[in-house]
Amino acid sequence: MYAPSFDYHRASSVAEAQKLLAANPGAKLLAGGHSLLPVLKLRLAAPSALIDLGRIAELKGVSAANGGVRIGAMTTHAEIATSPVLAKSCGIVAEAAAQIGDMAVRNRGTIGGSVAHADPAADLPTVLVAVGATMEIAGAGGATRTVAAADFFQGMMTTALGDGEILTAVWVPALGAGTGAAYAKFAHPASRYAVIGAAASLTVKNGACERAIIIVGGVTATPTALPSVAAALTGSNLSAEAIAAAAGKAAGDLTGDLMGDVFASSEYRRHVTGAYVARAVAAAAARAR
Amino acid sequence: MAVPVSLTVNGQSQQRDVDPRLLLVHFLRDVLGLTGTKVACDTSQCGACTVLVDGIAAKSCTCLTAQVDGASITTIEGLAAPGTLHPIQEAFWNKHGLQCGFCTPGMVLATHELLRQNPNPTVEQIRHGLEGNLCRCTGYQNIVRSVQEAAKTMNGGAR
Ligand SMILES: Cc1cc2nc3c(=O)[nH]c(=O)nc-3n(C[C@H](O)[C@H](O)[C@H](O)COP(=O)(O)OP(=O)(O)OC[C@H]3O[C@@H](n4cnc5c(N)ncnc54)[C@H](O)[C@@H]3O)c2cc1C
Ligand code: FES
Ligand code: FES
Repeated sequence: MYAPSFDYHRASSVAEAQKLLAANPGAKLLAGGHSLLPVLKLRLAAPSALIDLGRIAELKGVSAANGGVRIGAMTTHAEIATSPVLAKSCGIVAEAAAQIGDMAVRNRGTIGGSVAHADPAADLPTVLVAVGATMEIAGAGGATRTVAAADFFQGMMTTALGDGEILTAVWVPALGAGTGAAYAKFAHPASRYAVIGAAASLTVKNGACERAIIIVGGVTATPTALPSVAAALTGSNLSAEAIAAAAGKAAGDLTGDLMGDVFASSEYRRHVTGAYVARAVAAAAARAR
Repeated sequence: MAVPVSLTVNGQSQQRDVDPRLLLVHFLRDVLGLTGTKVACDTSQCGACTVLVDGIAAKSCTCLTAQVDGASITTIEGLAAPGTLHPIQEAFWNKHGLQCGFCTPGMVLATHELLRQNPNPTVEQIRHGLEGNLCRCTGYQNIVRSVQEAAKTMNGGAR
C-alpha cells in the first residue's frame, strides 16, 4: 500500500522542527511511524509533508530528573522497557512499555508518538495518568509549557497539543517507599493493543491502604479514573477479599460511553474490567508492602 | 520531491534518490531486487517484512526508506556469507521450522532479535518473543524447536 505523496523533511533540533512546521502548512510530525504510517497507507490522512524527529538527539533518552524520571519523546518502547532508571523509580511505565505490540513494534514506536496519537487502546496513556506524569511541550516561538497527564488526554485521539506544538518529554515521579504500582492488560489476540488496560497505584502505611489511584484504558476513549474502586480500597487492609470487593465496583464506575468492537463488545468490556483491576491492584499491593 | 538516501544493505553501499513515501520493504524488493524480504499483511502485524536496521529488528513495511538514511540494513540475503547458512537458518532447516517458507525470512530475523535480547529463552519466552510474526503453515511447534536449537548452537544451551 502506498501513502499519498508528501514532502519529507528531517529536523536536527526541536527549534528546526518548529521552523519546518511553521513553513509547511498541513505538515505532520513523524516519530517512529508505527501509528502514522499505517494511517497514511490506509489514506485516512494526507499531510503535505512529514517532519522526521528521528535524528533529534535532545528528544532521546531516559534520565533521573527533579525527583523522578524524564523520558525524551523519541525514546522507544524497547528503551523504556529495559531502562534501569525506570525499573528503580517508576517500574510500571517499563512494565507497560514491555507489553506494547511486539519486539519490532517496540524497537521503533516511541512514547511521544504514543501519547500524541492518543489511541484509546494504547498502554502508556493509562499508566502515565495513574502515576501523575507531566507532559513537556514546546510551543511555536520557543515557549514551553507543561500539562498534567490527566488533562492531556482529552478524547479519542485528541490531546492538549495545539497547532505547532511538539511534545518534548514525559516526566514521571519516583514512586517512593510504600507506594506500589502495577499494570494489567487484556491484549487483543491479533493486534496486541489493549482491549482493557488497568493501572493501580497504591500507597500503604502500617498495612493499610492510605491512597489508591485506579485508572483504566482500552475500555474507554481516554484514561478514566474509577473513584468507587479507589474509595473502597482506601483504608482497607488490601486483603484478597477487600481487593475483590473493591474491584467489583469497577463496572459501576464506567458510566460513560465505552469502546466496543466485533472482538469485544462494550458490555463485555464493562463486565471484564473488574477482573483486570483486581489483578493490577493485587500486584500493586504486593509491591507497596 | 525525491530525497537522496545512502544506505548500507548487506554490506554494500547504496545511493539512490527516492520518493519520500517509498517504504523500506519496497526499496529492498523493487529497487534493489532483494526479494527475500516479503510483504504479506502490509499492516505491521505479520512480521514477514522483518529486517535488521543497525542490527535491530524492524518491520520494513512500516518504515520509510528516508527514515533509515545512513543505516546499515541486513536482509535474509545478507545474514550469512553467500553459500553459507547462519546458525539460525541452519536450525530452521534441521528442525523443519518452515513449510511454504513465506514467513521464514521474517521468522529468522525476528529470531535473531529475540536471541540478541535474550540469548537463552525458555519455550514460553520464544512463543511470546515471536508474537509479531505469523506463520500460516507450521503450527509454530517446529519454529519453537528451531529457535531452541539456534540458541543452543549460538550460545551453548537453551532451557
Ligand atoms: C502492529 C502494531 C501493534 C501495536 N500494539 C500496540 C499496543 O499493544 N499498545 C500500544 O500502546 N501501542 C501499540 N501500537 C502503537 C505503537 O505503540 C506506536 O508506536 C505508537 O502509538 C506511536 O508511536 P510512533 O513513535 O510510532 O509515532 P508516529 O506514528 O510517528 O506518530 C503518531 C502521531 O503522533 C504525532 N507525534 C509523534 N511524535 C510527536 C511529538 N513528539 N510531538 C507531537 N506530536 C507527535 C505524529 O504527528 C502522529 O500524528 C502498535 C502499533 C503497531 C503497528
Ligand atoms: S508485511 Fe510488514 S508486518 Fe506484515
Ligand atoms: S512456512 Fe508458510 S507461512 Fe510460515
